[in-house]
Amino acid sequence: MNLHEYQAKQIFADYNLPVSKNFLVTNSKEVKKAFNVIGGDKWVMKTQVHAGGRGKVGGVKLIDNIEDGIKFTNQWIGKRLISKQTDEKGQPVSVVMVEPCIEIEKELYLSAVVDRSAKAISIIASGEGGVNIEEVAETNPEKIFYEKIDLIIGPQPYQARRLSEALHLDAQQSNEFWNLFKNLVKMFVDCDMSLVEINPLIITSEGHLHCLDAKVNLDSNALFRQSNLANMRDLSQEDPQECEASNHDLSYVSLDGNIGCMVNGAGLAMGTMDTIKFYGGEPANFLDVGGAATKERVAKAFKIILNDPKVKVILVNIFGGIVRCDLIAEGIIAAVKETELVIPIVVRLEGNNSKLGSDMLQKSSLAIESDNDLENAAKKAILLAE
Amino acid sequence: MSILVNKSTKVLVQGFTGSQATLHSEQSINYGTNIIGGVTPGKGGTEHLGKPVFNSVAESMELQPNAALIFVPAAFCKDSILEAAEQGIPLIICITEGVPTMDMLVVKNKIDQLGITLIGPNCPGIITPDEAKLGIMPGDIHKKGRIGIISRSGTLTYEAVKQTTDLGLGQSSCVGIGGDPIPGSSFIDMLALFNDDPDTDAIIMVGEIGGNAEEEAAKYISNHVNKPVISYIAGQTAPSGKRMGHAGAIIAGGKGTAEDKMKTLQSAGVHVVDNLLEIGIRTQQVLD
Repeated sequence: MNLHEYQAKQIFADYNLPVSKNFLVTNSKEVKKAFNVIGGDKWVMKTQVHAGGRGKVGGVKLIDNIEDGIKFTNQWIGKRLISKQTDEKGQPVSVVMVEPCIEIEKELYLSAVVDRSAKAISIIASGEGGVNIEEVAETNPEKIFYEKIDLIIGPQPYQARRLSEALHLDAQQSNEFWNLFKNLVKMFVDCDMSLVEINPLIITSEGHLHCLDAKVNLDSNALFRQSNLANMRDLSQEDPQECEASNHDLSYVSLDGNIGCMVNGAGLAMGTMDTIKFYGGEPANFLDVGGAATKERVAKAFKIILNDPKVKVILVNIFGGIVRCDLIAEGIIAAVKETELVIPIVVRLEGNNSKLGSDMLQKSSLAIESDNDLENAAKKAILLAE
Repeated sequence: MSILVNKSTKVLVQGFTGSQATLHSEQSINYGTNIIGGVTPGKGGTEHLGKPVFNSVAESMELQPNAALIFVPAAFCKDSILEAAEQGIPLIICITEGVPTMDMLVVKNKIDQLGITLIGPNCPGIITPDEAKLGIMPGDIHKKGRIGIISRSGTLTYEAVKQTTDLGLGQSSCVGIGGDPIPGSSFIDMLALFNDDPDTDAIIMVGEIGGNAEEEAAKYISNHVNKPVISYIAGQTAPSGKRMGHAGAIIAGGKGTAEDKMKTLQSAGVHVVDNLLEIGIRTQQVLD
């Protein structure tokens, strides 16, 4: 799950990571108050969307008078921001964050990620901040520094000292860095985060470390014990179809093709998409209906797939393991009737009682084609989609 | 021979009296697996499926289990795994999906220190055909044979199993290592076991997008594995930045694509198929 920058900064503040105080505006009437509360004579206004690349498309702006602040707010609130990191529709903007303008001496980079290879949390730092860190990693890997945090031991001062030295921090900044380092790890662990990126982490003109940006991803598996964070979820930033699916415990990802897929198991669901592509078709979605493909779940899955107007045919691919294929066939027949399906469906049943299941489908007098060979089933679906 | 489990494996089921554990334990017992009992705190002293129930793993140690099979809800997996590990049970299999990554970071480091093998979480388990089934896979698609199968996905494992069974090749053992970012065992751990198993002639490795476990495996294969390895990688058509069902199946920052994994495996001498329906046939061709 992703958070907005302003939400991430609230959590940062709770863990004593240095962030500016901010004020949120949702319409132009609130701009004056925001500027007054924050004070000073220059402000930064930042659109709040779940995507990076805002600055390059005018979604982040340095403002020095109220009129421009109102103009910026009117320009963005209720509109969609399209950047390099969004799709062609962009992300809706409903909140603009106002912060004081801070003079930058130097831009650094700091992040924390779950390191799958090292089985640890990796802290990544670089003296090259404010730029695309993946590019730095490609072109100047020696400019990126890593510390691995063993969760049984926790973060150690020598690790922070090593990074401070690599970043050429002075004595006072090194002290600040140790606090930042240890609080970052504490926050990461306490809040079940999977990614924190501070890009840039700056040295201010007064010589202090300060988090200018904040990006946070949370581990969706841990939301059951992070109810405060789970409440920060902004559904407007997510694909409505994917939201609807996740509300019913179905994994769904929309793609660009016209062959809808309903599969049990995430791996086989990906494998089915690949198979469609292999034989020359284009999958419309990834959908894992789960091990227990009951009538209710199948019906829900059909509805979600059919919300996509591009879909011309549905390929159902079920490997009946513990669940018997005849029960699944029953579920499919009931769901087809219930949803009054008007497009053809091709069903491939394999495994437990698959013969019985396909016989039931064939006898159902519904527009269901059944083929227990995945190659044939995929080819049929591709033909029907043309 | 086989790897990890066989007829004499004595299995303790944690979360024994829950509905999933009951369903699958019953099937495992019917398959011939030696389930000696289970643990459900608060239900110690009772019987379930004709086997004794204990309040804790420690109490069950009088029966000397040497494998623990875990079905408890995700929030309690860390506790259950560490409880079994503390008692020195050398093989722990966790089926549950949805275990928080932070829990696994602690668990993985701890079990490595203790020298214990953990399979999963978020996996179908492990089976040695005709001997022992510790997991949720359908037993009847398997056939005793000489192919080892390792996979990050449940239903894709079944595809590979079905294909090798239909061709008469059969399997020595099949291990689902699970679809999470921090799995208890890696491809490498299982490749090492299959490579040393005299009853395994070839190894099928089913990977998927996300992380770099397949790349690490490729390196290991070219240096250490002297048996043929056949591989399929799921997610060739998966978009970047989206989690594809499994918590670990995500292409992040352009890293972890199927294309990269297939290339890396190919250059390590692995027989890579780009169509999942060719896993079995290619295995047969490689062995001929």
